Amino acid sequence: MSLNESPALPDGLIAVVKKDCPTCELIVPVLLALEKETQLTVFTQDDPEFPAGIGKRQFDEDLALSWHHNIETVPTLLAVEGGKEVSRTVGWSRSNWESLTNISGLGPDLPDQRPGCGSLSVDPSISPDLELRFGGASFTARCVEFAALEDTHEALFNRGWTDGLPVVPPSEVRVAAMLKGTTRSPADIVASIPPDLAPCTVEKVAINAVMAGCKPEYLPVVLAAVEAVCTQTFNMHGLLATTMPHAPVLVVNGPITEQIGMNSGNNVLGQGNRANSTIGRAVQLVIRNVGGGRPGEVDRAAFGSPGKVGFCFAEREKDSPWPPISTMYGFPAGTNTVLAFPGEAPRNLVDQLSRDPDSLARTYAANLVSIQHPKLVLGFDAILAVAPDHSRVFKESGWSREQLASRINELTVRPGYELIRGAGNIPEGIPEGMKDLDLPKFRENGLHIVHCGGAAGLFSAIIGGWVNGAMGSDPVCVEITP
Amino acid sequence: MTKVLDPTNEATPADIPRAARPETLDGLTVGLLDISKPRGDRFLDRIEERLVERGLRVERFCKPTFTKPAPVDLRHEIATKCDVVIEALAD
Repeated sequence: MSLNESPALPDGLIAVVKKDCPTCELIVPVLLALEKETQLTVFTQDDPEFPAGIGKRQFDEDLALSWHHNIETVPTLLAVEGGKEVSRTVGWSRSNWESLTNISGLGPDLPDQRPGCGSLSVDPSISPDLELRFGGASFTARCVEFAALEDTHEALFNRGWTDGLPVVPPSEVRVAAMLKGTTRSPADIVASIPPDLAPCTVEKVAINAVMAGCKPEYLPVVLAAVEAVCTQTFNMHGLLATTMPHAPVLVVNGPITEQIGMNSGNNVLGQGNRANSTIGRAVQLVIRNVGGGRPGEVDRAAFGSPGKVGFCFAEREKDSPWPPISTMYGFPAGTNTVLAFPGEAPRNLVDQLSRDPDSLARTYAANLVSIQHPKLVLGFDAILAVAPDHSRVFKESGWSREQLASRINELTVRPGYELIRGAGNIPEGIPEGMKDLDLPKFRENGLHIVHCGGAAGLFSAIIGGWVNGAMGSDPVCVEITP
Repeated sequence: MTKVLDPTNEATPADIPRAARPETLDGLTVGLLDISKPRGDRFLDRIEERLVERGLRVERFCKPTFTKPAPVDLRHEIATKCDVVIEALAD
């Protein structure tokens, strides 16, 4: 019999039990009684001597029978005819057992019913191994072996597969479990990953997601993010190769953010939340390992930024004055999406005294003009992350996101002659030919106002963007699918 | 032995490249790997005598079978203990 072939079921009755289950202990007298009157085989999961006194007792040591026949609870009683299961009952219920066996008066001294315990074959610490062994999981990626005396973590560093932090070793069991997080086939191509433009399968993304520390339920977000950053529009190749410090900043919207436990509140742009910390990291590991994008090679960043380890957070939708940021990209509120924005490290912005929307807009404008250089305009987008203590002001005054963005941009307008090269004794600036224009800091839709952060603190934060448009990168928002 | 799945695009070989050949054997440890072909040990015994005469340290290893690559644990042990290795094929 091959490993992924289902073990045959003997005809008659089959009881699957384990000693470490009080209900299984309780029903031993019933099993002894049934053995006298029926063709009973007892399969025991944990102790070959249990239950004592049963003649046809088999040890399901490798849990093959339990796994193949979907035993989720012990005791489970099966009726089998011609090798096929015809009925089953789980736990102990006198009426169910009597109806299945057509024998009355079973276990007269027992309570009417008792729930069973979890089958060993569905124990979370065991089932991934069984899935791999019996489920016929196979991988396209090659398997690399490390010696028993080799430190696996050091070996992973030595291979150049990490970002400098330890990674979770991508064992077959872990990758198989990760792949359960998506309905997509492991062989599906997600994207061509720059700079090598290597075709990347769902399986390769899953391997890197394991290494980053993701849970399987994060995988759909990672897949969507990889797809978003590898579009021509986002231009991951340019973003990687630039001497500027920018990297993908991922903003996640929709009910999935709460389902997978993402952080949109306190310390939203910081450490401490597994989903936030590992989703962005998985994307960066895909670029490093599948794309071949490594610092000092194609990645030519002069400074880089801490966000290049991974930068991902959720928008705080629940008490936001505005619809989700994804609506800017045409998605209805409530859609699971990820927005990839080419951003640098966040910078805090203090205004603890303004209590009306226009004065806050003035504070924002005064700070936002400094992105990249106060004399460089229109070429860089930004995320303005507004925390609840600030957003309350806009909610109370009924300012929409568009109204706020428009007012900020109006307040950034400066005459071209102040911005041209040489103005203010600074050679950096916009071309001389633009001196007669009045210019705002941002292009249309360049400012992305996102609601997030902890409930206390009269702050907002700025994440400056990389070169926008055809010369650089445009933000890309995609739907997250299962 | 630990097995992991390769996270890269697999454009490069899975094996780590060989170390550069040393200029001299002075002061180095030489590993002698018997691949388990008959009489390979006789050949390596003689090589060991000659190397020891030259004052070199020698470590002996043996593959379980010549029909398969050396197990990863054996490769690791050789790489950890030795500077160079001589592998013998004999019949």
